[in-house]
Amino acid sequence: MSAQDDADHQHSIGATEFDTEPIRVLDDDGNLLSSAEPPALSDEELLDMYADMKLARHFDQRAVSFQRQGRIATYAPMTGQEGSQVATSHALDDADWLFPTYRDHAAKYVHGADLAALLKTLRGYREGYSVPEDVNLMPEYIPIATQVPHAMGMAWGQLLQGNDDTAVLCHLGDGATSEGDFHEGLNFAGVFDVPAVFVCNNNQWAISMPRERQTASETIAEKARAYGVEGVRVDGMDPLAVYAVTRAAIKKAKAPTDDERRPTLIESVQYRYGAHTTSDDPSVYRDEAESEAWRDRDPLDRLETYLYQTDVLDAEREAAIEARVEAEVSAAIETAEAAETSPERMVEHVYEETPDRLQEQLDELNALREKYGDDAFAEVLG
Amino acid sequence: MSSTAAAAEAESTTERLTLVEGVQEGLHTEMERDDRVMVLGEDVGKNGGVFRATEGLYDEFGGGRVVDTPLAESGIVGSAIGLALSGLRPVAEMQFMGFMYPAFDQLVSHAARLRSRSHGQYTCPLVVRAPYGGGIHAPEHHSESKEAFFVHEPGLKVVVPSTPADAKGLLTAAIRDPDPVVFLEPKLIYRAFREEVPTGSHEVSLGEAAVRREGSDVSVFTWGAMTRPALIAADNLADEHGVDCEVVDLRTLSPLDTDSVVTSFEKTGRAAVVHEAPKTAGFGAEIATTIQEEALLYQEAPIKRIAGFDAPMPLHALEDYYLPQAVRIQDGILETVTF
Repeated sequence: MSAQDDADHQHSIGATEFDTEPIRVLDDDGNLLSSAEPPALSDEELLDMYADMKLARHFDQRAVSFQRQGRIATYAPMTGQEGSQVATSHALDDADWLFPTYRDHAAKYVHGADLAALLKTLRGYREGYSVPEDVNLMPEYIPIATQVPHAMGMAWGQLLQGNDDTAVLCHLGDGATSEGDFHEGLNFAGVFDVPAVFVCNNNQWAISMPRERQTASETIAEKARAYGVEGVRVDGMDPLAVYAVTRAAIKKAKAPTDDERRPTLIESVQYRYGAHTTSDDPSVYRDEAESEAWRDRDPLDRLETYLYQTDVLDAEREAAIEARVEAEVSAAIETAEAAETSPERMVEHVYEETPDRLQEQLDELNALREKYGDDAFAEVLG
Repeated sequence: MSSTAAAAEAESTTERLTLVEGVQEGLHTEMERDDRVMVLGEDVGKNGGVFRATEGLYDEFGGGRVVDTPLAESGIVGSAIGLALSGLRPVAEMQFMGFMYPAFDQLVSHAARLRSRSHGQYTCPLVVRAPYGGGIHAPEHHSESKEAFFVHEPGLKVVVPSTPADAKGLLTAAIRDPDPVVFLEPKLIYRAFREEVPTGSHEVSLGEAAVRREGSDVSVFTWGAMTRPALIAADNLADEHGVDCEVVDLRTLSPLDTDSVVTSFEKTGRAAVVHEAPKTAGFGAEIATTIQEEALLYQEAPIKRIAGFDAPMPLHALEDYYLPQAVRIQDGILETVTF
């Protein structure tokens, strides 16, 4: 790409028009584009982002291997996408709300989720969905696109209650743009002009369905125009560009100028290196050589190169970060694996008060456990 | 069917298949037999379906008849209704029952009542397949059993196979049926066992229950994956308590084979119903009520419901407590027998 091209699309940050070419700050190798301004991040913030991305990648590798060992159940890998996840969450203020999907482990972690809790959910404990009290984070959404109207409503609620300092960031995938809830949520967001930022993590694949067969639109960002919402297309494997675009969108959501609309749809263009989940085998439906071109633009490598070039990072710091994230992930695994649960949990929190009928069902189960022992409940098919 | 065709079918060979292979075979055979039959859904083409239920169909019949759609359940079922109206025989796949809800409006407001709304002028020969049920340690929303939602809708048929041969035979009947059929596949037993399945055309009539084990002391009504633990419980009760259970696999929940239910109950005078779905307003309630309407004077004990809890399906660490286990089924049947 020429410098002129870069200049042509660079202007679109914060503008009402979007360009088909994704906005970038770093080139494929991690060099700062001559036309681009790096976002206003301190060295410390940059190192935090880098460390979070390192943690995300390490967590992902360990989670996939844990699934293979039967220590967690189905897991949705995020390698290749952690730059966008980490950068979008870094662009949030603490009080902002995050609506994640089942793949947004790193986005959740950066916004305040407990790493051990993420693993508890993957080990089949609903307790893992609970979040620290001061963190505005929803449990991950598993049905597709259902979070879009919720995020809109949460943002609408902020507006109606005069909370000018709180915005909502909602993640969704490229597949989600085909669901009715995407349309309804974006349409409402436009009509009620709410402080919401919708981040479409376009990783090119909805399980086996390539992006170009998901929608006949040239881009996903351009769908925003029809809703009266700003659409932006960003290189989702360029963490600095993702940060810049998301931060601008969050600021605009909270304090738009007279000619700006609050909501934004960001299309974060990236690639799912791995399988949809550990239950999926992508070799059945895609050519793995395709991922090589994307891996050459790896978000972690690019940020690392940039940080070395700008002397924010050196080998010593990198080693220290590596040791720290590995220890943090190991500690989370230890905590998650030590967690216990019991059948009583099945009936907790169904209602504020457990109905008598449900309590009786639990009592009946407990009587049977007493009579036959827990081993009798191990396997449905005997 | 002509007598020649019937004779050919009687002589046909069999192959040992799993339940999911029975589904795949049913689709394959009907697509070969009838050009109007097509498959559509998420990841059903190149990928062969997330459970491989449509494996090989894309290569054999092409992308025009085995269609990977955008990710939109209402779009899939809604467009399948239009396809059916146009004269085709669509078989739509919902990836998991837990993801059917966006299509619920299309099913209940339209598929179910096109025939009645148009006074018989338009019909909706549509099959909507969905894997359902728990026990495979799947993520949240992947393990529910909400068959009662669909049974409650007049105009829909609801079918649940529990064996590989029935998976093929009932799916064949569903595809040939002139009305919309919700075809629920118990994914816990997709690959749990194999049995001989007739090759070629194999149809098992809708609306007919199957007695899986004859017995004289108590009738156990069930369907889908619960047929297995019910049979295990029956064997244990025979060995340990001398109780002779009759296990009836309903196979079609709507329309219900009332005759088979009543006939079995009149023989035993006692009944238990086993299902994974939450107990309250589950299909077990319909069975119990039907029995008291039709055979009250034969009843010797309260009818026992052995079911899931009136709570959301737990994440997988607790799902084996949620699902009816042989031990729970056994205990519940004994309660009925010793009343």
